[in-house]
This record gives sequence, structure tokens and C-alpha cells, in this order.
Amino acid sequence: MPAESSRPPSASQPHLSGSPHRTRSDWPFFLISGGIGGGYILLLVALLTADVASTSWSDITAALTKPEILFAVRMTLISCTLAAVLSLWVAVPLGYLLERFSFRGRGLIDAVLDIPVVLPPLVLGLSLLILFHLPIAGTTLEATVQKTLGIQVTYAPVAVVLAQFVVSAAFAIHSMRLTFSRIDPRPEAIAMTLGCRRSQAFWKVAFPQAWRGAIAAFSIAWARALGEFGPILVFAGATRMKTEVLSTTVFLELSVGRLEAAVAVSLLMVTAAVVVLGIVRLAGGRVAG
Amino acid sequence: MIELRDLSVTSGSFQLTNLALVVPTGGYGVLMGSTGSGKTTILEAICGLRTIASGRVLLGGVDVTSWSVGSRGIGYVPQDAALFPTLSVWEHLALGLKLRRVGRVEIANRVAEVAEALGIAHLLKRTPHHLSGGEARRVAIGRAIAFHPQLLLLDEPLSALDEDHRGRLVELLQSLHRSERVTTLHVTHYRDEAAAVGEHFFQLTHNQIVVCERPQAGHITRHGMANASEGNEGNIEPDTTTAQPCTDREP
Repeated sequence: MPAESSRPPSASQPHLSGSPHRTRSDWPFFLISGGIGGGYILLLVALLTADVASTSWSDITAALTKPEILFAVRMTLISCTLAAVLSLWVAVPLGYLLERFSFRGRGLIDAVLDIPVVLPPLVLGLSLLILFHLPIAGTTLEATVQKTLGIQVTYAPVAVVLAQFVVSAAFAIHSMRLTFSRIDPRPEAIAMTLGCRRSQAFWKVAFPQAWRGAIAAFSIAWARALGEFGPILVFAGATRMKTEVLSTTVFLELSVGRLEAAVAVSLLMVTAAVVVLGIVRLAGGRVAG
Repeated sequence: MIELRDLSVTSGSFQLTNLALVVPTGGYGVLMGSTGSGKTTILEAICGLRTIASGRVLLGGVDVTSWSVGSRGIGYVPQDAALFPTLSVWEHLALGLKLRRVGRVEIANRVAEVAEALGIAHLLKRTPHHLSGGEARRVAIGRAIAFHPQLLLLDEPLSALDEDHRGRLVELLQSLHRSERVTTLHVTHYRDEAAAVGEHFFQLTHNQIVVCERPQAGHITRHGMANASEGNEGNIEPDTTTAQPCTDREP
């Protein structure tokens, strides 16, 4: 407790951190605003309830024993985790640089980073497809990667991760920026007077305060990757037992009329999303460790 | 020795131009000035945390104006302490030594010595969240002096402390200065504080630094205020050949 600097609240300084006492005249306000907001919350609950009501436990177990869906679950877990790791790898330095330093072109970079957020998902997938197959100097990026690394990108599992990463990184960067904006930069400057290089000040002082924010950014990236569909469909395809993730499973099951399987997989995705949101709330509650 | 030669610093529309100041080796200089006059800006410029428009900063006769922040060997105690939230008090005191690749035993001995001198030996395992304002201020001082800096810069080190803690910290600064003999530049807008600790006095007025006499004010003791004439044994009288009386505020 900073006893020397703290001052007790006095009668002339009313305690304003709590909500004032509610009076009868406040109720119309609460009823109208609560009614408007409550309608949307009711819609969300109704959506989930309808999903649960239209399926049964046997439908879920039947769906989850199918080899294609088990493959999609594994593929989803792996690709979402890889996309989230890559997103965090990009988000930590970029979030720090954009938040801490002013430089020419920062506004332009901000605008570029918003592209994956505002662009229609299908367009993003199409853009990836074009990028890897655009002839440049008599070759394509796809051919160059295949030649140098020996791996196929388009319509392969790598494309799933890349499509998820392109979108989820934008959200992770936004989250890390917010995290660093809440961390006082002064201690980093003081660390440099002690002899730290800028990188040492970052790793010893700034990043240890940002680890909860990093967990939140990772979780947000993971959740975004889980929900990604459009870019995956265009860039990776929806080939069973090859590039199928849970979001494409829902599409594939629906396209062949198996509604119960599609709903079962949807519920699985909702459960995963709820778990991730819980982690984000726990981690995001306190940025500093 | 710290010497500023024709130093000019610009921060937005705020400008300090052609500043000059000299504190001899082992001396204790106090720079006074009203709030917002640019005292902190000067300290940050000396540290290298602010870009210098023109002029030079010399430490021990060496021009360090273009040196990086970390290579200047300056211990800086900012007004807000700016402790590292995730590091323990021990790690705060040891950081400057670790960065200079000092041996483990030597680090442990120096941390113990500084902690003992500052009365924070019982706090070594704590993190800043579990320190009071006075304790945090002492940790910030310990962090700044532990690595044997050639210059110590103190920015309003007694602000926001109650009278008892101010008195204790003044005694601590005096005793530290006697034992470490590190050249010190202390910034304050309190004449009492300046009179209590300083040997060389400067006033920042009209964006210029002027040498001034020891402020005629009561000095701070652990037991409160006393008259300046009662007990300043050990203090070196400043060179007053060009000195002017200090004023509380800019005319």
C-alpha cells in the first residue's frame, strides 16, 4: 500500500466508483435499454438452444466416431494451434512497435493490417490463390516453394494453416497492441539507463508484463482460426481426409443432406469457442502479470 | 563531474536553450525551478532519453552527447520511481550489475550492501506491488546506485512523501552521498529540500540555468523542519562568486 501518497476519501470527495442508488424514476430507462439489449441476448441463446434441441446425444456420438470427422477434429486442432502460434509470433513484435513508436507510414500500416478484418473471406482466399499462382519471372510462388521446400501449398494442409493465419494474425496484433498500450513505457526507458539494450528492456521489463495479453491474443487467434471457412474453401479446398477442418465439415455434411451431423459438429465448435472465450476473459482481466 | 555546455532541448513547442551547468566530481548539485519549468526534461536529456538539439553533455570531462543511453553509466531515479512490476526488489538492485557481467558473489554482496544502507533488506523478495511509496522510492534509489554509476540523477525524490518519510529520505541521501561520493544532480522545487541536501545550487528560470546561493530556508530532519543555520555540518558552501539568491518562482 502506498501509505505516504494515498489520501482517504473525504466528505467533499464522494465515492464515485460504484453506481449511484437506483430510484423509481430510473426504471423506465432500465426497462427500455435492457429490453433492447436483452432481445439480442435472447436471440443468441435461442440459436444455441435450437441447435441443442435439434440433435441428440446419439447423433453427436455417431458423428464423432466417423473417421472423416475425427480427421477434421485432429486437423482443426493442429491447424488452429499452428495458425495461433504464427499469429502470436507476428503480433508480439508488431503490436509493440506500432504501440510504442511513431514513424512515417504508421497510419498506412494500420490500414493494411485492417485488410484481413474488412475484406470478404472469399476474396481473401481468392487473393491467396492468385498470389501463389501469379506468374513472376517465368515461375510462380507455388512452384518456387515446391522446388525449394518440397511441399505443396495450394489445396494442401499448409494452405489451411496459411488461410487461417492471414485472418487470425490481424486479430492477434490488435489484441497485443491493446495489451502494450496498457503497459507504462517508463520502466523500459529506466531499464535502458541501467545498461539494457532496447531488446533487453523489452524481454526483461515489457514482455513479462504482457504475458496475460499474449495468452488472450493466442486464444483470440485460435478462435478466429476455428471459425475460418471462406479462405480455406477457396485456397485449400474441402477435400475429405486431406484439407477438411470442422468449419468445412459443417459445409460438407450440409451439402449431402446430413443435418444431424452438421449440427453435432456445430455444437462441438460452439463448445470449443466457449472454452476459448473463457480463457480470454480470464487472461484479459489482468494484462500485467 | 557533470557539465552541460550550451545545451538546447526541444520538446514539442517547449524549448530550453543554451543551458550551462557544472557539478564537480563527487559534488551534490541541486537544480531548482517551478513545476513545468523543464527540470525533468534536462535530466532526461542528460540520460539520453531525450534528443538534444544542440550543445554537449560531458561526464568526467568526456563528451557523451552521442553515446547510447545505457553506455553513459548514469543512475537515474525518476519522479514516479518507475519500478519494474514483475521483478523483485533483489532483481531491481542486481539488474545494472548483471548487465555489466559482474560475478555472482560480487552482485550478492553489493545488493546486500545497498539494501542495508537503504533499509530495504527485508523487502528483497517483494515485487513493487507490495511496496509503499517510500519503500518504492528507496528501491528506485538503490537500483540507480547499485552499479556504481558515475553520475546520479534524482528527480523530485521526496515528492508525495509525508514529512516523516521526507526527513528519513533526506538523511538517507546525505549518508549515501558521504559513503558513495557519487556526483549527484538532484531536482526539486522545494527550497527546504534543496537546502537540506545540496552543496551546489542552480535555479532554472526563464529557460536558463543560473547558479544561486544556498536557499535560506529551514532544512528537513527526521523530526520535521529546523532552521538552516542550525545543522549543516559537513556541507560544502557553494561557490557564490557569481551566485544569486534563489527565488521560489520565476519573476
